[in-house]
Amino acid sequence: MAEYKGVMIFGEVREGKLAAVTTELLGCGRNLADALGQELYCLLVGNDITSLAGEAIAYGADRVYVVDTPPMKDYDTDLYLSVSEKVARQVMPCIVLFGQTAIGRDLGPCLAFRLGTAISTDCVELAIEPGSKLLLQTKPVYGDNARATFTCESYPQMATVRARVMSSPERDGSREGQIINVEASLDAPSVRTKVIKRVVEESTGIKLEDANVVVCGGRGIGSAEGFKKLEKLAEILKGAVGASRPPCDNGWVSNSLLVGLTGKIIAPDLYIAVALSGSSQHMTGCSGARNIVAINKDPEANIFKEATLGIIGDWEELLPVFTNKIEELMAGRKKDR
Amino acid sequence: MTAVRMIVCCKQVPDPEAPPESFRINPELNRIVLPPGVSAVIDPYAERALEAALRVKDDQGGTITVLSLGTNLLPDVVIKPLSMGADELILLDDEAFAGGDSWSTAYALSMAIKKVGDYDLIFCGRQASDWDAGQVGPGIAEMLGLPLVTIARKITVGNGKATVEKVTDDGYEVVEVSLPALVTVSNEVGEPRYPTIKGIMGARKKEPVIWKPDDIGAESSWIGAAGCRTKLLKLFQPVHEGKCEIIEGDSPGEAIANLVAKLKEARIV
Ligand SMILES: Cc1cc2nc3c(=O)[nH]c(=O)nc-3n(C[C@H](O)[C@H](O)[C@H](O)COP(=O)(O)OP(=O)(O)OC[C@H]3O[C@@H](n4cnc5c(N)ncnc54)[C@H](O)[C@@H]3O)c2cc1C
Repeated sequence: MAEYKGVMIFGEVREGKLAAVTTELLGCGRNLADALGQELYCLLVGNDITSLAGEAIAYGADRVYVVDTPPMKDYDTDLYLSVSEKVARQVMPCIVLFGQTAIGRDLGPCLAFRLGTAISTDCVELAIEPGSKLLLQTKPVYGDNARATFTCESYPQMATVRARVMSSPERDGSREGQIINVEASLDAPSVRTKVIKRVVEESTGIKLEDANVVVCGGRGIGSAEGFKKLEKLAEILKGAVGASRPPCDNGWVSNSLLVGLTGKIIAPDLYIAVALSGSSQHMTGCSGARNIVAINKDPEANIFKEATLGIIGDWEELLPVFTNKIEELMAGRKKDR
Repeated sequence: MTAVRMIVCCKQVPDPEAPPESFRINPELNRIVLPPGVSAVIDPYAERALEAALRVKDDQGGTITVLSLGTNLLPDVVIKPLSMGADELILLDDEAFAGGDSWSTAYALSMAIKKVGDYDLIFCGRQASDWDAGQVGPGIAEMLGLPLVTIARKITVGNGKATVEKVTDDGYEVVEVSLPALVTVSNEVGEPRYPTIKGIMGARKKEPVIWKPDDIGAESSWIGAAGCRTKLLKLFQPVHEGKCEIIEGDSPGEAIANLVAKLKEARIV
């Protein structure tokens, strides 16, 4: 398949900057392109985004394809699919990567099916097999009770990549690359979906994904009031609150606090897991945490297989003492300064 | 009120809530080994997809056809959607469908949907809890040329279109889509309803329809293992180091003091 060449990543923009997952993808794509001895391309779609093309180059792209036009301001499946199909057919990259985000989950599979090829979603590891030069695509399966490595022999080889499992490269402002503007030939009748409202749920305090410390509660917390106590500890530690599935399903906390396979993937320095059992679907969301402290009354709970430090006991007794102790410690430090 | 014709794709999977330590792999076959006692269930997201369809039916009236593709489908498991309120069950149950990937599955389902013919809305789970791929929904949409909305938490139908609340990374969107369309449903839609006694009795009386590859006019090289575009090289279990240090103490106060001392010592706090 000599005509397919290069690695292309789909870039996403958040708050006027390249999204963190995009710089991670650029890093990962750069490694794959180098292993193949080929170039790295970045596709940027949106409105008023041309200035970010240079950023993509600084993070490793050799060529940036830019589709910059008002109708592309926000994501829409039909619109974005038509332009990414156009670019993929023109450029014929041998690998195409997306982030495992709301957009990547939607656009990645659609583009793959439209191009008649396959995609592996939510990959945590990508590599080039030395002999065959095929892309090795490794992803959690069965709720991360297992992992699977796939290859695909139809082109382009495609994958979506989980956030926070690959590191962003250093920015290098001296890198040079090419910026290519692409016309979006929009065919209005082909647009069958219309976004009539977009709601961003503002979080108060530190965002779960950005927090260095996360205090996460499970079903054992028992109520919305219980979560208030977790909030207090999180606040003292300048961290954020997270939750396993049952507290979200029960409406004790917002769904946006869900950590796990179908929630947020986070990698804080400290993860305090309170009254949650540590199901594989949950742990896949926080296995990147540097330290996990578990509080659970069941000594057999799976969380004790995953944690660094654990206390066996009732959180209702332990947490207030813990919170006080930490508060004292923090207050003492402030005084010392 | 217009009766809405709906199709829901429901997959049978090993119970994803089984304890993590019960999962084993057969490395020769590259397959999960189901431990004794772990049962098969309808995929939890597919159940939510069905719940979303049932709510449209509650609201607008209509019919729900459930499609399930697999081999060794268990009658007790796959009739659950009927007992929850679906009207018809079609099983694509044949050895030729075995060993497929997202591509061949989406192809077979889209051929079956073509045969069903009349439909306004197709529902799939946002992903299935075995391979967690999330591709069959988008794949069917592409193959049938339908508009797609993924990761929905609410769907209402009226005036020839569906209005869908779609979960995004930092909130949600309200999307209007022309019908027919395909929607993939997420957990946020809420708990699926329990089958009623009447539903269970009714479901037992219904004969599932079974379709073979020829019935849906499927190209044999495109279904099951033959139609795979991906190759599974290796299935393995991540190794957990399991070095948790359990902090003891004669009282909660003492245990916590020991914990905080450890955290301080390790410069974690
Ligand atoms: C397809 C699929 C996707 C999923 N995705 C996710 C996901 O993204 N994130 C997620 O979190 N889950 C997910 N789940 C659900 C997951 O499988 C588990 O059901 C869930 O994580 C369990 O939550 P839990 O640990 O809080 O509850 P449980 O498993 O019920 O555990 C509660 C724990 O609290 C302890 N406890 C109770 N009371 C106290 C007390 N007073 N003091 C101390 N300890 C106490 C108990 O000992 C127990 O260990 C998914 C499931 C499926 C099927």
